[in-house]
Amino acid sequence: MHTPETIVALIKIVLMLGGLMTAAAYLVLVERWIAAWVQDRQGPNRVGIPLTKIRLFGLGQPLADGLKFIFKEDYTPAQVDKGLYTLAPIIILTAALAIFAVIPFGSVLPMISVPGISQPIELIVAPRLDVGLVYVFALSSIAVYGVILGGWASNNKYSFLGGLRSSAQLIAYEIPLGLGILGVVLMSGTLRLDKIITDQATSGVWNVALQPLGLLVFGVASFAEAARLPFDLPEAEQELVGGYHTEYAGMRLLLFLIAEFLHMVTAAFLLVILYFGGWHLWGLTGSGDIVTWPVAILRIVVLTAKVLAMILFFMMVRWSWPRFRFDQLMSLAWTVMLPLGVVNLLLMAVLTEYRSHLGGGWWAFAIISWVVSIGACVVAGLMAPLSVDNRPKPHVHPWDAETSLGD
Amino acid sequence: MKPNDPTIRWIEDPPMGLSGRMYLPLFVQGLTTTVKHLFSRKVTLQFPDERPKIGNPIIYRGVHRLNKDSQGRVKCVACFLCATACPAHCIDIVGAESPWPDREKYCESFTIDELRCIYCGMCEEACPVDAIELTSFLDLTGRSREEMIFDKEKLLSVYDKTKDREPSQSVRLGVPVL
Ligand code: SF4
Ligand code: SF4
Repeated sequence: MHTPETIVALIKIVLMLGGLMTAAAYLVLVERWIAAWVQDRQGPNRVGIPLTKIRLFGLGQPLADGLKFIFKEDYTPAQVDKGLYTLAPIIILTAALAIFAVIPFGSVLPMISVPGISQPIELIVAPRLDVGLVYVFALSSIAVYGVILGGWASNNKYSFLGGLRSSAQLIAYEIPLGLGILGVVLMSGTLRLDKIITDQATSGVWNVALQPLGLLVFGVASFAEAARLPFDLPEAEQELVGGYHTEYAGMRLLLFLIAEFLHMVTAAFLLVILYFGGWHLWGLTGSGDIVTWPVAILRIVVLTAKVLAMILFFMMVRWSWPRFRFDQLMSLAWTVMLPLGVVNLLLMAVLTEYRSHLGGGWWAFAIISWVVSIGACVVAGLMAPLSVDNRPKPHVHPWDAETSLGD
Repeated sequence: MKPNDPTIRWIEDPPMGLSGRMYLPLFVQGLTTTVKHLFSRKVTLQFPDERPKIGNPIIYRGVHRLNKDSQGRVKCVACFLCATACPAHCIDIVGAESPWPDREKYCESFTIDELRCIYCGMCEEACPVDAIELTSFLDLTGRSREEMIFDKEKLLSVYDKTKDREPSQSVRLGVPVL
């Protein structure tokens, strides 16, 4: 009988779903605040407790936003493919939520004396799943289907362009993303996210110190995967109205928007877990598998704080960097990120193999890695594949150029 | 003008330096600017709680008022100069024979469509007897279009409300009130 374990798993799923939905709602508020503050405005600060004059710095805003979305007319345009149109947001949200099954949101709880539970409870919905990272990859690729289907089923030029851009972009950036992860996997020798954290906690050295190049490649790729600025081409408002969700309204638009925020949360979680030590903080959280209650809670708090900081970074970047042009986006993926990722992978393979010969503990490893990384970045900069000149040629008139192409 | 016109002088961008080509150093620079603004002073005015500061209420162009003379009668002599000057054609005056001996005409009705008005102040400029003036009232709201068409009584009541705060032009200039 596995009944107590099943119940534990169900409780974890409910907590996770509830937490994620609330987090997504409040992240919208945080995003609006950051947007406002960066532009020297106040941001939403009025909605508090309904029917009173209490404002609470606008903390009631997510409730108001949610109600607005729910009570809006769920309008289906006449020209859409009804089945796919309805399916798209469901696919994308399901995939975005299912990813969290293998993402740890803490480490373990101390033993609880409930009959039927023989091991400490791990704070991850699917513990001991050995293909954790592969599962993350598989599901994040499924999310692309949601975007493409949404764009295609809407039967609208802008939506379709958004969907196409998204497919090209996500396929291009899966590769640097994978290369970035591979470096970490090579070092830890496991695909399990909780193992990767424990590894960093045991050695006390976060991966960011050992493979900065991997962080760069993975970080840029995860911005692109989450379709955040400067890579938000699938829904570039200024060019494509709303991108792939132009034709959506009400609840179904809400599903798309939540999925988008969840992608960002996933990316933040992965960055923190793979490169910033997960729940580990020197001298505070320890590194063992047997924990007391305060340590267990402290680990959850540390992980949440790191993820939140990462999300804030995502939001700040949104207002610091202009959007890439599509050709720049592609050349960044194929001519910068891919080679850098390969360099990082080679470096990690070599350094991991010969670590025992290096001496000096992690220091030699880190120094070699940093030197090579900075060198690789400088080389990439000198080749400058991003400064593509596509300004009009002064001596060729567009009409003449077309005629010369014609004959 | 065609792109191959010889009179066009083409200017090249300055070549990018290494930090520009490496992208990340400039990115850090941009992020620093963003962070600076994140903590800088906000410029939003919390409107109903905070009132905007009006530099000089005398010259501010808000809601109109019709001034009264020392005996409490409407000053307007129905000369139609304001209606003629108004570029938005939002002043409607009906003149009539004055019941008082010191002037020939007065306005029997005087309406301004506050929704059509562009608050240019031409009416105030045009008036020969300083009867119409723009006050510093700025939050003008109403629940219907009809409500926003101000008639003579309403315009006179605006005068009663604002006369202490904003003395009329002739009082300020020391001209004897009629
Ligand atoms: S302020 Fe200008 S637009 Fe308004 S009533 Fe006077 S003249 Fe007309
Ligand atoms: S308000 Fe002044 S300008 Fe207009 S009709 Fe009356 S006296 Fe003439």
